[in-house]
Amino acid sequence: MPFSRQTIAGLLIAACLIAVPYAAPLMGGNYAITLATRVVIVAIAASSLDLLIGRGALVSFGHAAYFGLGAYVVAIASFHLANDIPILGWAGSNEALVVWPLAMLISGVAALIIGALSLRTSGVYFIMITLAFAQMIYFVFVALKYYGGDDGLALNSRNLFAGERITDARSFYWISLGALALCLFIQWRLVVSRFGMALRGAASNERRMAALGFSVYGYRLVAFVIAGMMAGLAGALSANLNRFVSPDMMGWVRSGGFMVMVIMGGVSSLLGPVIGAATYLLVETALAGWTEHWEVVFGPFVLLVALFAPRGIWGLLRGRACE
Amino acid sequence: MQLLFEQLLNGLQLSLTLFLLAAGLTLVFGIMGVINLAHGSLYMVGAYAGALVASKVGGFWLAVPAALAAAAVVGVAMELLVVRRLYARDHLSQVLATFGLILFFNGIIAWGVGRAPLQMDMPTLLSGFVELAPGLPYPTYRLAVMAVGVVVALGLWYVIARTRLGMLIRAGSDKREMVSALGVDIAGLFTLVFGLGALLAGLAGVMVGPIRSVQIGMGEQVLITTFVVIVVGGIGSIRGAFVGALLIGMCDTLGRAYAPMLLKLWLSGPLADGLGASLASIMIYLVMAVALVLRPRGLFPAGG
Repeated sequence: MPFSRQTIAGLLIAACLIAVPYAAPLMGGNYAITLATRVVIVAIAASSLDLLIGRGALVSFGHAAYFGLGAYVVAIASFHLANDIPILGWAGSNEALVVWPLAMLISGVAALIIGALSLRTSGVYFIMITLAFAQMIYFVFVALKYYGGDDGLALNSRNLFAGERITDARSFYWISLGALALCLFIQWRLVVSRFGMALRGAASNERRMAALGFSVYGYRLVAFVIAGMMAGLAGALSANLNRFVSPDMMGWVRSGGFMVMVIMGGVSSLLGPVIGAATYLLVETALAGWTEHWEVVFGPFVLLVALFAPRGIWGLLRGRACE
Repeated sequence: MQLLFEQLLNGLQLSLTLFLLAAGLTLVFGIMGVINLAHGSLYMVGAYAGALVASKVGGFWLAVPAALAAAAVVGVAMELLVVRRLYARDHLSQVLATFGLILFFNGIIAWGVGRAPLQMDMPTLLSGFVELAPGLPYPTYRLAVMAVGVVVALGLWYVIARTRLGMLIRAGSDKREMVSALGVDIAGLFTLVFGLGALLAGLAGVMVGPIRSVQIGMGEQVLITTFVVIVVGGIGSIRGAFVGALLIGMCDTLGRAYAPMLLKLWLSGPLADGLGASLASIMIYLVMAVALVLRPRGLFPAGG
């Protein structure tokens, strides 16, 4: 068989994502593009979480913290520029090529500190300590009344991208899709590299990897930081899409949502989290449009996925052959 | 001085409420190895059942048994239908499945009762104040809550340390297969323990009803605090849950009362207010982070 089912599925997904701006006029115009942009952005965050959950067996329950931090960096830089108040001697900025890397840097630093402490624990303690750190960051932003506190902070406008406006739905979609493609490419290179082998080896047998002379802690910490930076980029994009940030973006429901997407799509597969993000958001949107009490249906749906499809949708696509 | 004493009592009351929740959660994790995020939903079910019965049927004293029954029935149903299938699964599936349960319970209550918070009246018998010392009145209801917490803690200790059921629970948490091989109905034991945990969660929910408002999402807030308690104490250990509950309940209450004041000694103005408020909210997470960095398996690691 020249093409495996995975290759075909991957090509189909890529074709669908590329087709969205062209097909949008038939499906509700900008609304469809905005929804697709949201899927793409959330897919970046979910796939970065899969680097931890799938490849490293590190179940982080606080991934939304890095997503939210990235979003707040964009909002705060824009806030200071708009109000003409320098922050730490810096006037603030509205340029994507400045603030997006800054968002990734700050999310990465947060991931470095939190990862360095959390990775000392394992198993359920790791799940809980990552959750606790995310809650800490959440409550700090709830209490920061200067930046809107609980009510969040609105952006006056989208960032400029190399000086160009990106306010129309299509160009912003292409930028987000480019970011997703770049993140997936980096993850693919990482997974097949020596680094990825070491990370996966440590997930299946930590003691053996340590005996072989690998610094398991170091590899995990690097993975944690990379995942945090990618989530930060997703947050920066999300702040631009909605022109609004709030502490809810880093709340534990959001972290749980990212985990649901990863598992629903399929762990340890590059495209699984993309499928998971799309399924999650589309089902949620469809249910929310149908009934105000969408959780009554969505909750059992999540439950059924957990009970009967632990390998996710990708696992169903892949079939039994590769197990 | 009077404020400090009052805050200490409030902290003790919060600790004892947290212990009711933590005891159930830590038993379920210690014995069955299941992370049950939906434990907070059982607390919410108890609070809602209590508030509804109190306002529609009448009376706090009818609300308490109704809440206990509702939480226990929902808990046993949850074990039989869902949790039972999760024993052999990894933590990831457990987190996902019980996350789905939380969404379901929040949705079903929003659907059936509405999203507006409910108020629950205190029983007239307990609505007054007791003068603990001259010039130091304290709400009777909170004292009653503390008394119930102490009685339950002692009862739980007695059941676990002195009865045959407790012996099976302790044995089950150490060597599950062995207990099963000796002919004990392990499935029944698990259902019983889960139901007991649900009962305690419902009790905590109905007792908190008259103090705070009963609303959707109350379960999640308290669930995370409860997880902090059992992680600090050491998962699976009742003693750890008790010590952890005391530590976290006191830190949270005293932090909220004094962190802003202490910061004002060094800082001034709105900055101190903002920082104080965030410090107060993150105090328990700081305690947990420090505890885990120093003792990665909690203060009283179970089974080892």
